[in-house]
Order: sequence, then structure tokens, then C-alpha cells
Amino acid sequence: MAKAQALYPDLVLMDADPEGDRRGLEKLALWFQHRIAPIVAVDAPDGLVLDTTGADHLHGGELPMLKDMVHRMAGAGFCARAVVADTWGAAHALARYGRLAIAVVPSDKTTSALADLPVDALRLPSPIIEGLATLGVSRIGPLAAMPRAPLALRFGPDIARRLDQAFGHIGEAIVPVRPVDPIEVSRNFAEPIGAAETIAKYIGKLVPPLCQGLDKRGQGVRRLDLLLHRVDSRTEAIRVATAMPVRDVKRLTRLLCEKIETINPGFGIERMVLIASLAEPMDRRQTVSSLIAEEEADVSDLVDILANRVGMQALYRFAPVESDLPERSFCRVPALAPEETKDWPEHWPRPTRLLARPEPVQAMAELPDQPPLFFIWRGVRRKVKCADGPERVFGEWWKNDAELTIARDYFRVEDTSGERFWLYRAGDGEHGETGSQGWFLHGIFG
Amino acid sequence: MTAETHKKPGLETLRAAISRLEGHSDRRRRMLPFGMREIDSRLPGGGLALGALHEVAGGGNDALHSAAAGQFCAGIAARTRGKVLWIVTRQDVFAPSLKQVGLSARRTIFVEASSDVDVLACFEEGLRHGGLGAVVAEVARLSMTASRRLQLAAETSGSLGIAIRRWRRQTDAADFGQPTASVTRWRVSVLPSVPLPVPGVGRPRWLLELIRARAGECADFEVEACDGKGRLSLPATLADRPDQETTWARRARA
Repeated sequence: MAKAQALYPDLVLMDADPEGDRRGLEKLALWFQHRIAPIVAVDAPDGLVLDTTGADHLHGGELPMLKDMVHRMAGAGFCARAVVADTWGAAHALARYGRLAIAVVPSDKTTSALADLPVDALRLPSPIIEGLATLGVSRIGPLAAMPRAPLALRFGPDIARRLDQAFGHIGEAIVPVRPVDPIEVSRNFAEPIGAAETIAKYIGKLVPPLCQGLDKRGQGVRRLDLLLHRVDSRTEAIRVATAMPVRDVKRLTRLLCEKIETINPGFGIERMVLIASLAEPMDRRQTVSSLIAEEEADVSDLVDILANRVGMQALYRFAPVESDLPERSFCRVPALAPEETKDWPEHWPRPTRLLARPEPVQAMAELPDQPPLFFIWRGVRRKVKCADGPERVFGEWWKNDAELTIARDYFRVEDTSGERFWLYRAGDGEHGETGSQGWFLHGIFG
Repeated sequence: MTAETHKKPGLETLRAAISRLEGHSDRRRRMLPFGMREIDSRLPGGGLALGALHEVAGGGNDALHSAAAGQFCAGIAARTRGKVLWIVTRQDVFAPSLKQVGLSARRTIFVEASSDVDVLACFEEGLRHGGLGAVVAEVARLSMTASRRLQLAAETSGSLGIAIRRWRRQTDAADFGQPTASVTRWRVSVLPSVPLPVPGVGRPRWLLELIRARAGECADFEVEACDGKGRLSLPATLADRPDQETTWARRARA
């Protein structure tokens, strides 16, 4: 330690606090349960395990979800690794010993992905790992190929169990952490159920008591989890999210029923639990009277239905951003975000379609500030009949040093056939440092 | 346009009987007029039917970009009340331009679906909801079955549905000839803008082709593009031309 302090004078030393770490991890698990998926458990001492089945659609897919998780952890000052795999064992091993910090392992690749990892990845007690090392077994692949009986005789049943768990031959239940005092209703079945209609029927029976509970507390639900405990001790989960607090029985039932097809009931479901995992205060509001003007129809229910189908990110409005550069002049905000007061200036016509990336065109124009006489775009030569411009836009030096000298001259041009385009020259046509002086097509007018 | 029919009592009762058979109630058959006599008189009911599906495509290169078609639809959507749902597969709508035809960004909710199937599902969901001013969707393929579903959804809720037909390749645009269940079908092509006495681009003009109208006839219109409130107008050269009837009368007198 003295040597370490000599090497790094500003080294911070702290006593290990396993109890504090565990509590911190539990808190983090609850946060993940709020944000990501309903089934989250602590994978002591340094990890979390999530069952993301049925929840990744809310984050735009598995890979975007992992990226989002790791970025959020990085924002909080932690360096995290995240892997999606078929089983808890495989995900545990790949997250700690895999090459990539963020990875999604396809179902058929689990065996090959695990083969090269060290046996430490298998969650075995250290005496067994040392024993395996003396036998000369260091990788999972050779270990899995060895006959089971001698191994069990020498080390006990742990190795076989952990291997089977990692490869998915036997199941492993994830016991989720419980949020503090949630509103939940459950129902046990004497006979396991499996048909979609039956599940829908019992969803219809679970939602009204939940809404009554919410009503008593004056809350509405923002996120609703339906956990289905199967007879083979696995848990299926459905998670639906709403953009505003809701406690309307019909709406919640419909949102849940749309997700029934994602459930795999296996041999049957013996218990259903409905939990309002995120509830927010919701006030009763006075509805329309003849004294005030008729309000616009409420579309939040439609937004919820669509968001649960295509994902929250795919549903948005555009909001103005104060920037002269067209591609930076708008941003996406959630569909039901509060309305902004700013608006785009109206003095220049703007094209209906803006190309994602400006396309270079060949053009001939008089310098310094005349519109092009003709241009060639996508192999078609177009003669310019009339044009408006230039509209000069400068780089935003407060964002990026390289933009200090940049300028663009925008022109609205019309060709001889009447098609109208938005062209710009990268540069002011006089000074080389303002840009390459090449021409680009950025938008198409109606 | 002298297609104005005189009220014939027999014809009126027949029309009422047909519409009863088709199962429309009067409340559902509301219209959104263009505010131009030339166009409205050609459309059955005197405007674009609400509670119906309409199809719009661009002509020429615009079949790929849908710049004029998009602006035309934005202009129609701007004249409705309530939120507008705009469903796309690849997003290239430039929001400030919607504002310039009167469709505020605060009213427009975009949905970015991953496939045409998702677009149609969201389209139908939006039409079924009934609280939206208009639902606009950009689709390439629209089968008879899909369009009939959309038309039925629009009929039951009374929402205005507009399908912008937009293709990836020019050769696919021939698909626009296939029959669908939509009530009207439009093609918007760009025309050279109004000439100005000074250098510059004048007000854009479009050739608006009404290719199909249920219980109506086809027609072509040459119009000036949407203004700041989403209204079309007749080109000044046409509007200011002396009325044909008076010219004839003068000629007859001479």
C-alpha cells in the first residue's frame, strides 16, 4: 500500500464495505426496475441480472437498451458492461469475461460464445476453481466436454449444475427485488391456464381492483407490470408504459391485452400478479362545460397504444432549436411534452423534405454570390431558370472550434421543368477558409 | 364550371335512398372544402369528405420525394382541428416547412414505423381513435384489403385519412394504377412558378389531378401552392381573365 501511495500521491484509500455495497446495489436494482424491466435481481457481489423479455420494445430493441443502460451508468460515474444472452449464467459470464462491453448474443451462439471463457466465469466456489486448475482445465469448452460422473464424484454436483444453467439445460429462477409498497393485485389458479382468451379474461379481472387501489391513493399508473408465474417456476412478464398517469380500467386492459401474444405460457400459468411499478399523483380535472371553449380531443390513449407498439423513441414531435443551420434547427421531443412557446422564423421559405445528409452536386456558378447556372444531381443535368438567394449561414463557433470560419450560402433554385431545390455552397465564394466552395443539395421544395 | 346540377326532386330522393343503403348517417358525412369553387364543385358533397380515406401521390420525380404531395397534405391537415398524426418509415419532413403551410409543430405527432406493415397498423389505429384532426401516412404499397380496412376505420370514427403514396424507385410508381378503396385519389405535380418581373422564384404552382373520385368525375386543376394557412388558390392569370360568358355575350352583341 505504501508503494501504491508512493506511485500515486493522490490515491484515495477506503475500507471495504460489503454491506454498504450490497445496499447500494439493491438501490440500483430498484432504479433499474423503474427504468428498464420488471424482473431485476442483485447478482452479488458486483452485478445485476435483468429479465428483459417483454420490456426491450420500450427502449427500441435490445442493443439500444444496453447502450442506454451503459451510458446512464457512465453518466453516474460507473464503468459498466452489459450483455444480453439466453440464460443468467451465460450473460453473467460474458459480461465479466467477454471481449465486448456491450453485446447481444443470439440464441444459437450461446455454446460457442461460452467455450473460450475461463472457468472462473461459471460462478463456482474458489476451491473448485483451484481444483480444476490443478487438473489443467481452464476453459469452459473443454470442461463441458469432460464426462460428468468423475467430476461430480470429485467436486460435487456444482459444476454440472452451473454448466447446465449457463447452457440453458435447466432453468434458473430470478427472484426480483420488490419496490417499496407498490399497489399490486394477484390471483392464484387451481388449474394452470394457458389460452390467450383466458389470460385476457383474468387481466380484465385484475385491472379493476388495481384501479380502485390507485383511486384511493389519488394516483395514476405510469408503468404497469404483469408477472405470470409458470408451473415450471419461470416467470413471464409484460410491461406497458403510459405517457401520462392513467387509471382508466378500459385503457389499461387494452394495453395489457395487446401484449398477450408475447407471452409463452409453457405448461401453464398458476399465478398472475399485476403491479403498478411506477405510479404518479393524478388529480381529477373538471371537464368541459358550456362556458369554456370545447377542448381538443385527448389523444394520450392513442399515444400509449402506439408507443407500446413501435417504441417510445419512435413517437415524437419536432420542436424549434435556435440555430441557423437547418439540420440543427429542430429537435425531437416526446409526443405529449408541454408545448413550447418558441417558433421558427418565417421570412425564408423552407423545403418540405430535408435530405438526411446533403448530397454533393456538380454546379457552375459565377463567384462570389450568384446562383448556379446549372447543376448535376443524381446523374441528371438541370438548367436553373430562376433562383432566390443567397441566404448566408455561419458556423456555430461556440459549439465547435472548427466551425469558427465556416459559412454556407443557401439558394432556392427552380429548373426549367419547374422542380424546386435547396442548394448551398460550402463557403462564401471568396475566402478559402470558409469551406470547400463545393455545391450541395440539401432539400426539395414542393 | 357549369356542372352545377339543378335540384331535381327525383334524383335527390334516389341519392338519399342510396346513401341510406350504404349505411352513412348524416353526421358522418361532413366535408372539408378547399375554399375554391372550381375544385369543390367537382367533388361530391362540395369538399374533401371527412371520415374517408384519400390517396395522394407526387407526379414525375415527386413520386420519390413527395415534396409537393407532402405539402399538399400538410395544407389539408392544417385546415382541420385537433392533433395530426403523421406516420413515416424514413423521416425527412423538415418541420419548419409544415409551419409555413399553417401546420404547427405543436399539433403534429410523428410516428416512425419500421416497416410498411407497421405503418398500416398505426394508420388504422389512428383512424379508429377518432380524436385526431387528420392522419397522414407515407406508404408505398396499399392493397385493396388494407385500404378497405382503413376506409372502414375512417368511416366509423369520422377521421380524415390521407395516404401519401411514396415509392423508392420510379418503376414502382406504376402501382398507383391499382384499385383501392379510397374515396378520392390525387396526383400533385410541380409546375414552373409564377413568373416575377424581378429575378427570383415566384409562388410555386402545381398541377392537381383528381384521378379518381367516388361518385364524381376526374378533373385537372392548375393551382398556386398552399399559402400560410394551407389554402390553395387559382393562379392570378386565370382568376383575372374575363368571365367566358361575358366574353361570349359581348361577342354575340358585336
